[in-house]
Amino acid sequence: MTKQAINSDPFRKIWDFFSSVKLTVVLLLTLALTSIIGTLIPQNESPQAYLKAFGAFLYRFFDVLGFFDLYHSWWFQALMLLLALNVLVCSIDRLSATWRIIFPERPKFNLSRFRRLEPKEEFTKNGPAEALQKPYHAIISRKFRYCRVEKTDSGYAIFGEKGRWTRIGVYIVHLSIICMLVGGVIGSILGFEGFVNLAPGEGSQQIQLRNRNQVLKLDFTIRCDDFKVRFYPSGAPEEFRSSLSIIEGDEVVKTRDIIVNDPLRYKGISIYQASYGQLPARQQDIQLPDEFTLVFTSKTTGKIYRTKAKIGQKIEIGEGLGNFIVNEFKTSYNFRGQDLGVTFFGTLHQSDGAEVDVVLPIQFPSFDKMGPIFNKMRKDDVVISISDIKAEPAEIRYYTGLQVSSDPGVWVVYTGFILIIAGCFVTFFMSHRQICVCVDILESGKKCRIMITGSANKNKLGNEQKLKSIAQILSDESLDLG
Amino acid sequence: MSGSLILSIVTFIYGLAGFLYICAWIFRKQIFGRIATWVALVGLSGNTAGILVRWVESYQLGIGHAPFSNLYESLVFFALVIVLIYLIIERKIQNRIIGAFTIPIACLVMAYASLKPGITSAIQPLIPALKSNWLIAHVITCFIGYAAFALAFGVSAMYLMKKGRDDEPITWTKIVNPLILFVFAALFSRVLFISNWLVATLIAIPICLGFYAIVYLVRNLPAESKAKLLDRFPDTRILDELGYQLILLGFLFLSIGIITGAVWANSAWGRYWGWDPKETWSLITWFVYATLLHARLMRGWHGKRIAFLSMIGFAAVLFTYFGVNLLPGLHSYGSF
Repeated sequence: MTKQAINSDPFRKIWDFFSSVKLTVVLLLTLALTSIIGTLIPQNESPQAYLKAFGAFLYRFFDVLGFFDLYHSWWFQALMLLLALNVLVCSIDRLSATWRIIFPERPKFNLSRFRRLEPKEEFTKNGPAEALQKPYHAIISRKFRYCRVEKTDSGYAIFGEKGRWTRIGVYIVHLSIICMLVGGVIGSILGFEGFVNLAPGEGSQQIQLRNRNQVLKLDFTIRCDDFKVRFYPSGAPEEFRSSLSIIEGDEVVKTRDIIVNDPLRYKGISIYQASYGQLPARQQDIQLPDEFTLVFTSKTTGKIYRTKAKIGQKIEIGEGLGNFIVNEFKTSYNFRGQDLGVTFFGTLHQSDGAEVDVVLPIQFPSFDKMGPIFNKMRKDDVVISISDIKAEPAEIRYYTGLQVSSDPGVWVVYTGFILIIAGCFVTFFMSHRQICVCVDILESGKKCRIMITGSANKNKLGNEQKLKSIAQILSDESLDLG
Repeated sequence: MSGSLILSIVTFIYGLAGFLYICAWIFRKQIFGRIATWVALVGLSGNTAGILVRWVESYQLGIGHAPFSNLYESLVFFALVIVLIYLIIERKIQNRIIGAFTIPIACLVMAYASLKPGITSAIQPLIPALKSNWLIAHVITCFIGYAAFALAFGVSAMYLMKKGRDDEPITWTKIVNPLILFVFAALFSRVLFISNWLVATLIAIPICLGFYAIVYLVRNLPAESKAKLLDRFPDTRILDELGYQLILLGFLFLSIGIITGAVWANSAWGRYWGWDPKETWSLITWFVYATLLHARLMRGWHGKRIAFLSMIGFAAVLFTYFGVNLLPGLHSYGSF
């Protein structure tokens, strides 16, 4: 009756559920299997990209299941939470049950248990048993931290043990898992991850948050004083370096160069050198030759006229097609959302007297063929293009890509890192070992028989070898005299 | 002599050592085994020398860095650690048959590094993200872990051969075995050799058939010669324990490897964990081995089941190492 009552206690049931190792195995394997999905589907891409890759039906299906941000989906986080609870409950359950065994006031040795243990090392020695007690005690206490001698019915026994504390190693490992998960949660609640792109000389107080369409305002301004990229002969980047200043109010409070792997930290916020990119060229950076060649193609005759020209110079085209003046150039020209680069702008006086604007991007010589399509005033009788011109900026200018983030949980996570390494080492490679050396008096004290057994909670094979080597030392002839 | 030339020669030395270990096993001649150990030691020294020479060469080229920066260098170091750990085990348990199952792995790793087109043995300058002392710690710890898992795989295979089918038949493994074998054969021929899924799947079929042909032949071997081949294997109890100890070593170093990687990522990009495919796969590997440890320690799994789990774990290791390059992500330095 009472047993049933205990079993139907809901709290007890929940506790038992979370303290089972079956749950651990199931959770670990489920986490392993579901994590694979997130490595097969690229994470956090745009909905358009997913729609294109998977089609409407699969897209809806995957979206509902959270496959596009799998590791932050509610069910994956729930699995992690379950694992954390499982680890916690298991540890408390077992630790509370075994605490007394791990840390007794005085270790107990059960002689009859040791006598039954296999394998054992046995040998006999001539001489009184008492003579062996001192040297044996010395040897055992040198190898084992705790050592004591007890009288037995037929002589005495020397017990030794060490490494009792190593039994808590596994709880250290479990604690470390909790630490890492808690640190991760702290980071995701209190921390942020953002980025900002700065041209040299530019400063910003605002950063763009990653994976969220949000801007965060910092307490200080980050200014990029200078940015330099060095390349290897192969063209791969060798180093990129930003000189940054942190400005609070009007005062520069910190100045430092950062490179990849060497961030700047200020007020709990870290600024990392993450990437770089090319800035569009400035007007004054572009050196154009004074003269360039204009090419006029007559549609009616198919003839091509090439003429040298300068900005502001009026050119008669011939065939009565009118005249043309190049007015100016710009370093960029936005055509339907695309930058066409360095572009000349001119005016065409047509034979019908109308004045029309002509756009000549130097990278796209046949661009003017579309002129009559865009402008109804334009007569479709001549195509104009520009040639023999290169407009490369004197120097390529780069902006620096900075990652700005803050993670107050990182030290909790790092504590977890240290604990897991220490805990695994203790759990895997150190063991709680006991030894018992029984000395039994034979033939009324002239001889004695020595039996050595021992136990270890881990690495039993290793322990057997160690027992053998101790037996070798104890059976050494030179000890007889002592 | 250039570092990569020395390492090419080492490939053949490992091949010779592996051959001698197999001879020692099949022909039961002690002398082969003794020579094999010496040859393996020569190979190990050559391997070490090759890595050191590369290190020096990189400084002569003016792009000095530790030789752990690309796939070639990591494979060469992987082989070194496999042989080193094996020789320690050989000394400890005084049995050379394990060499017949592990030294060929080292030889294959070296051969793959030298022969696979697309893996460059040239010394390349470091890109900014790799310029960190964490690189050395990360690569060394990861590959000690991987090597321990590789050896555990070899030992598990020996365990399964020795135990054969005479003890505890497990039904689920019978059904799952051919399936897993096929999937992995297809996956790894795709990852390692072929750039086309269809061809890889087709190649997987003869691989599976070959495997089962060998299994069939071994099973139908006259009992006498079968016993002759297997009786000098270490005791199953020792194989079981040894495999487990190697997994413990591997698990510890895999954990340290993941951790050093996380700390490095935090200093380079400001986040210690980003769920990129390589990170995720190393975590999957960690989960698999963690499952193995819990199954063994808490649910008393031993022998065959652990040997199977250890082989699945090693498959996860290989996928973490090579397969991830098929997936999108950040960790592209070690790719080809």
